[in-house]
Amino acid sequence: MADPEIKSYEPHHESRSAAVTESRPVRITLTTVTLVFLGIFLLLPLIIVFKEAFAKGVGAYFQSLGDADTRSAIRLTLLVAAISVPLNLVFGLSAAWAIAKFEFKGKAFLTTLIDLPFSVSPVISGLVYVLLFGAQGLLGEWLKAHGIQILFAVPGIVLATVFVTFPFVARELIPLMQEQGNGDEEAALSLGASGWQAFWYVTLPNVKWGLLYGVLLCNARAMGEFGAVSVVSGHIRGLTNTMPLHVEILYNEYNAVGAFAVASLLAGLALVTLVLKTLLEMRYGAEIAATRGH
Amino acid sequence: MEVRVVNVRKEFERFPALHDVSLDIKSGELIALLGPSGSGKTTLLRLIAGLERPTKGAIFFGEEDASQKSIQERNVGFVFQHYALFRHMTVADNIGFGLKVRHGAARPSSQEIRRRALELLDLVQLSGLEKRYPAQLSGGQRQRVALARAMAIEPKVLLLDEPFGALDAQVRRELRRWLREIHDRTGHTTVFVTHDQEEALELADRVVVMSQGRIEQVGTADDIYDTPNSPFVYSFIGESSSLPVKVENGEVWIADRPIGLEAPHAPPGEAVLYFRPHDVDLLDGCSGCIAGTVAASRRVAGTRRVELEIGGERQRVEIELPVDHPAAQKSRVAFRPRRWKLFPKA
Amino acid sequence: MTTAPAHAGWRFRQPSVIPGFGLTLGFSLAYLTLIILIPLSGLIWRSAALGWTDFWALATDRRTLKALEISFGTAFIAAAVNVVFGTLVAWVLVRYRFPGRRVVDAMVDLPFALPTAVAGIALTTLYAPTGWLGKLLMPLGLKVAYTPLGIIVALVFIGLPFVVRTVQPIMEELDKEVEEAAATLGASRFQIITRVLLPSLAPAIITGFSLAFARGVGEYGSVIFIAGNLPYKSEIAPLLIVIRLEEYNYPAATAIAAIMLALSFAMLLVINLVQTWSRKRYG
Repeated sequence: MADPEIKSYEPHHESRSAAVTESRPVRITLTTVTLVFLGIFLLLPLIIVFKEAFAKGVGAYFQSLGDADTRSAIRLTLLVAAISVPLNLVFGLSAAWAIAKFEFKGKAFLTTLIDLPFSVSPVISGLVYVLLFGAQGLLGEWLKAHGIQILFAVPGIVLATVFVTFPFVARELIPLMQEQGNGDEEAALSLGASGWQAFWYVTLPNVKWGLLYGVLLCNARAMGEFGAVSVVSGHIRGLTNTMPLHVEILYNEYNAVGAFAVASLLAGLALVTLVLKTLLEMRYGAEIAATRGH
Repeated sequence: MEVRVVNVRKEFERFPALHDVSLDIKSGELIALLGPSGSGKTTLLRLIAGLERPTKGAIFFGEEDASQKSIQERNVGFVFQHYALFRHMTVADNIGFGLKVRHGAARPSSQEIRRRALELLDLVQLSGLEKRYPAQLSGGQRQRVALARAMAIEPKVLLLDEPFGALDAQVRRELRRWLREIHDRTGHTTVFVTHDQEEALELADRVVVMSQGRIEQVGTADDIYDTPNSPFVYSFIGESSSLPVKVENGEVWIADRPIGLEAPHAPPGEAVLYFRPHDVDLLDGCSGCIAGTVAASRRVAGTRRVELEIGGERQRVEIELPVDHPAAQKSRVAFRPRRWKLFPKA
Repeated sequence: MTTAPAHAGWRFRQPSVIPGFGLTLGFSLAYLTLIILIPLSGLIWRSAALGWTDFWALATDRRTLKALEISFGTAFIAAAVNVVFGTLVAWVLVRYRFPGRRVVDAMVDLPFALPTAVAGIALTTLYAPTGWLGKLLMPLGLKVAYTPLGIIVALVFIGLPFVVRTVQPIMEELDKEVEEAAATLGASRFQIITRVLLPSLAPAIITGFSLAFARGVGEYGSVIFIAGNLPYKSEIAPLLIVIRLEEYNYPAATAIAAIMLALSFAMLLVINLVQTWSRKRYG
C-alpha cells in the first residue's frame, strides 16, 4: 500500500516540508514564549519552595522538620494515604473488571458516575461528610449517642481523601482493560484456570503498569489533598493535621521556613511522582491507557 | 502543461531516495509511476508537487523552473492515498477550499465558488452530497471528493499518490475506469503513483517503472510488457523465467549445446536469458532448443503451467502449455522462447 | 458468579464465560454508593429540605452572589488564558524539537502533582509585593497578590495541564497530509493554521477549556493564600462555604454548594454534548 520504507527515512520532524511548518524565526519565537511562560508559571513556584525552605540554612530546615507537630502531620498523611490508596485500588480493579469484561445496561452511566468526584469542588467533597456526620448532620445525633467520632478525626479525613481520589485507579484501568479484550482470560479459562487464577496470572500482569500509574497519581493526590480534608479535619494540631494543613497553619503563623520546609517535602513527592510517571509513560506508554493526566 | 524532471536527486538525512532522475511528461498525458515499496516513486511525485525540495536538479512546468516556487504558487492538484479531506468541512466546502483561500481579485465570489463546487461534484458523480461531511461518505466517495477538490483550482498538473490504495478491489476497478474517463474529458496532465502493475498498465498512457531510486524503464504498456529492458522489469512486471546461459560465436548456449537463439551482438561469456512463460514455441525434436523434464504442473485458468528441470544443472524454469498438451510428470518437453532477452550475469 | 440464563428480549447483560460479574459489580456499586452517592444525595436532600423561599434567600444573598461571580469570573478568565497558552504549549511540544523537550513535557503535569496548598504559598510568595515577581510588577502598577488578579494567576497554574493534555494527543494525531493538501490548494501557512488546524482542534480546545474552567471554579487550596479573601472583592465561593461552615450556618453552606454542583454538572453535560457532537460529525 504505502511506501513504508521511504516514509521511515523521513524523520517526522525536521523534514516536514516547508509547506507544513513555520519559518525558523517563528518557531524560535513560539518556543521561547512557551518556555518563558512555563518558566514563570511552573518552574518559579517550584524553585521558590526550596529557596524559602532553606532561607535560613540547612540547620533551620531540619529543625523545623523535627518539630513534633510536623512529625505527627507526616505520620498522619502517610497513614491516610496507606488506607485510602489501597481502598481505591481494590475498587479500581473491581470496577474495571465489571465494566471492561462485561456488557450490561447502564455501563456508560456507571462510568460517568465514577468520574463524578473530579467535577466536584474539594470543599464540597468535605462538606457532604460534614452534613452527614456533623453535629447537625443526618447521623450526628446517632453517632454522638454511640460515642463514634468521624468528623474532626482520622476516619473523616480518610473518607474525604477516598472521595477525592476515588476515580484515579479505575479510570486508568477501564480503557486499558477494554482495549485488551477478553481473549486472554477466555484462553486461560479454557485451559482450566479458575476465575481467580485467570485474574492473578493473566489480567494482573497485563495491566500492572497501568495499575501502577493509577496508584501513583492516586497517592500524589491523597497525600496532597487540601480542601476536602481541611473541611473535615478540625485542624487539631498534632492530631488531625495532615501535611498540607500543617503547611497552612505554619504559613499563617508567619513561620515561613517551617511552612516551606513541609511544603518542600510535598514538592519532593510531586517531583518523584512526575519522574516515575514520565518513566512509566516512556517505557510502557503502549501499555498505559491513552488517558494521560488528571 | 508539460513537466520536465531534470537530473533530480533527493536525499533524506543523507540517505538517497532518488538518484539523478530525469523524466519528460507530455502535456495531457496520463502517466503512472510504478514500483515496489522504497523505489522512490512517491518521493518523485512529492518533488513534482513541491511537497519536498530536490537536493539537486530542477523541475520545469513548461518553460518555468518550478523548483524555485513555493508549493502554494505551483498550482498542482494533489490527491492523497488517505484522501486528506478536511473533516470539519462539508463536501462543498472541501471542494471550494482552494478558491476560498485565494486573495483579492483572484478569489471568486462565494456564489461562484459554490457553483464551481457543485459543477465538479457533478463531474465526479456525487451530486446531492454537497452538505455531507467526509465521515459520512464511503472510501470511494471520499476519494472522488478529493479529486474534485484538487481539480477545483484548475491545476497545471494533477498528481495522485496511490489514489486507490486504500479501497477494496471492486471499488478500485470502478474508480480506475472512471479516472480514465475524467482524464479523457478534462485533459489534465496527470501523474499517479501505484504499486499495482495491472492498474498502471491498464490506465496509463505511459508507465515509468522505478526501482531503488532509479527509473528502470519508461514506455507504453506494450513496450514495458513485451520488451522489458532490465531483469528487474522482467521480474517485476508480469511473469518471467530465467536461465543461466553462455554466449559463444554469436549463439546462446546452455551447458554444451546451442539452443537455437542467435545473439550476434551480445558479448561472449556468461549471461542470463529472460523470457515470458507464455511466449514460447513448443518443439517436437530437439536440435537447438531447450529441453527439460516436467517436475511439477498446475492448472492456471485456461492454460497449464509446468515447471521444467533443465539438464543436469537442476535449473528450473516455468513455461505455459495448452491444457490438452500431453505432458505429464517426468515426461520431456522441448521449447524455444519466442521473445527473449539476454542480460549480463549479475 | 451469576450466569444469567440466555433468554430472548430484555437482558441486563450479555452472556459471557468470564466469571466474577456479580462480585465485582456488586462491590463497585456498594462502594460507589457509600462513598459518593449517599454523601452527595445528603447534600441534595439538605438543600431540598431548605424549601424554595429559604433557598432563594440564601442563594441571592449579596455576598454569596458576589463570591459565585468571582469564582466563575476568575475561572473563566483563567481558562481562557489557558486555552491560548495551553494550545501554544501543546503546539510547541508536538511540533518542535528542542533540547530538554521531554523535561518540559513532564513539567506540564506539575500542577496535577503538586499539592494545592504548596502551590498556593509558593505563588503568594512569588507575587507578594516583596516577591521575585511582585517586585517586578509593582512599578508597572500591577498588584497580583491579595487581589482578584492573584486568583486568576493561581487558576492559570491549576488549569494549564487540563488544556495541554486534552489538546496534545489530538494534535499528535493530526494528519500531515491534510496540511499538505491545504498547501497544494494554495493556502498560506496562516490560512492552514486558522482554517484547517484550529477548527479540527476546536472540540479538544473546548473540552480543555471546560475542564480547566470546572476545576478553577471549585479550586480552594491554591487560591485562598493568594486571594486576600476580602468579602465582595476576592472571596471565592468555596471559601464562603468554609466560612459558613465555621459559623455553623449549614443551610447557607449547603445552598452555595448546591448551586456550584448544579453549575458544574451543567458544565459536564456541555462537555459531553460537545464530544458526542464532534464524534458524530467528524468521525
